[in-house]
Amino acid sequence: MSIFKNKALLEAKLDEKHKKKIQPVGAWGHYRKQNRPYASVEPKDERKLLIKVSDLGLAYEGRRVISNLSFEIYSGDYVCILGENGSGKTTLMNALLGLKKPCEGSIDLCAIKRCEMGVLPQKTPVQNDFPALVSEIVLSGFAGKKKGIAFYSRRDRKKAFENMEKLGITSIASRSFRELSGGQQQRVLLARALCAAEKLIVLDEPVAGLDPKSCADMYSLLSDINKRENMTVIMVSHDVRGALEHASHILQINKNSLTFCTKDEYLNTTSPCPVCAEKNKEDSALPYGNSDAYKYKGGERNVQD
Amino acid sequence: MFKIDIPENIFETLREYFSFDFVWFALIVAVLVSLCSALLGVSLVLKRYSMIGDGLSHVAFGAGAVAAVVGVTDNMLIVLPITVIVAIVLLKTSAEGKIKGDAAIAMLSVGALSVGYLLLNITETTSSNLSGDVCTSLFGSTSILSLDTKDVVSCVVLSLVVIATFFIFYNKIFSVTFDERFSEATGTKTKLYNLIIAVITAIVIVVGMKLVGALLVSALIIFPALSAMRVFKSFRGVICGAAVISVIGAGLGVISAVLLGTPVGASIVVINIVALAIFSLVGKIKSK
Repeated sequence: MSIFKNKALLEAKLDEKHKKKIQPVGAWGHYRKQNRPYASVEPKDERKLLIKVSDLGLAYEGRRVISNLSFEIYSGDYVCILGENGSGKTTLMNALLGLKKPCEGSIDLCAIKRCEMGVLPQKTPVQNDFPALVSEIVLSGFAGKKKGIAFYSRRDRKKAFENMEKLGITSIASRSFRELSGGQQQRVLLARALCAAEKLIVLDEPVAGLDPKSCADMYSLLSDINKRENMTVIMVSHDVRGALEHASHILQINKNSLTFCTKDEYLNTTSPCPVCAEKNKEDSALPYGNSDAYKYKGGERNVQD
Repeated sequence: MFKIDIPENIFETLREYFSFDFVWFALIVAVLVSLCSALLGVSLVLKRYSMIGDGLSHVAFGAGAVAAVVGVTDNMLIVLPITVIVAIVLLKTSAEGKIKGDAAIAMLSVGALSVGYLLLNITETTSSNLSGDVCTSLFGSTSILSLDTKDVVSCVVLSLVVIATFFIFYNKIFSVTFDERFSEATGTKTKLYNLIIAVITAIVIVVGMKLVGALLVSALIIFPALSAMRVFKSFRGVICGAAVISVIGAGLGVISAVLLGTPVGASIVVINIVALAIFSLVGKIKSK
């Protein structure tokens, strides 16, 4: 009786049996296989589950910073991780990259491998007297993809050149890394991250300290690769406004709460603004849709409708 | 005042000396050892592990003392494994443990030296001239006649292994040296490559000790890399530059030992110091 109730299940089961029976054999088997009726074709823009985080708990220097965090990242998402300083954003990023072991829970890489991810780390002073050309550094983004004997192919070099063109650093390709300015170094490291990233790129505060034009360039580049190449972007940022403009999902880490939601849900929620959460504990009903509501004049919220 | 007597006809004397096998052996060993040390040295200096050469060579001296006490015929059987194990342990320390690693290297280095010397003095070993032997193993032989065929063959084989490994894994080694965290995050097995670098370092130091002595072998690792970094801008340039500087320095050192009778190890190091001075000057002029 239960079979008849679930007609769809029955049909699916029959289809499977049917599929198993149609096995092209004989001399023409390979020919008929190409025209098999039940061949499943994966749609190119199917959303695949890339990373699944379950009940994650992370500690930093003995102190628990994140507990019971669960979320899923699908291909093509543009996730922004927001939160105050010290809330555990960088620790979470390190855990996602496999540089830090979680003390609880797990991070599962489902449809993605480590060699398909790229990182742009925070702007820390990389060894200032390291002798390396820009081209060598950008090419080293491909090193993680090679197993064992690692020599870069012509395709690698072509892709590296394309990435350098995207960031406008082809003119400094033969210069030494240590002679470049901070902004140029950041762009070289971003080119390296783009070389390494096939499906996912993780960026740690990429727009911190950039002038408005570079900031806009960075966002437009990230949107471009997110939409055209279906690259998943995970960005840790302080720039709430930029995040709300470009992201598809927001993961917010506060001292007391963790929320992961799509951008629309985030904009419609009435929880306290993360930027001024500390300053305005009383004012909990803050409509987010209006970004001018962040204006903070001398202790009083200036909510403009 | 000086003990050196410069022969009148240099080329005649050289030709005479180089008709002997052991002189060629010394030259081959010197060239290969210096090449391997230079390649490795670039990576170690950039990873801020310059003192590892000193630490490991002192441990190797201690292991050699243990081997002499135990009485094995081929002391490489004891020295090489112990040095490799210590190298793996020391180079395992990550960036956070660097400060602890620094103290660990210092402790091991002086501890092994003193334990080794103590053992040699209090036990009955087969050497007739203990101080001379100790001096030879610390500073290298004063005469280059002390290398026998077995030493040369094992040195050549190990050097070729090191050079081949470096060539094959060049891109991975660059990636791990430049930015270890990025490499780890993008799929490179940094632990494996750090292990490879550690094992190669141990091999190079043990082999180099036979030529230039335990106290001077770290100079072979550090000096060429530093000289090359003053002038060359690219990683490939630094590697090639360090290799060339090191090989030429070793060659000149051996020739000086042959012609003038100076100790091989110290000659090579002094030539490297001169090279560093020259390259620093060139680097300063270039940057102006």
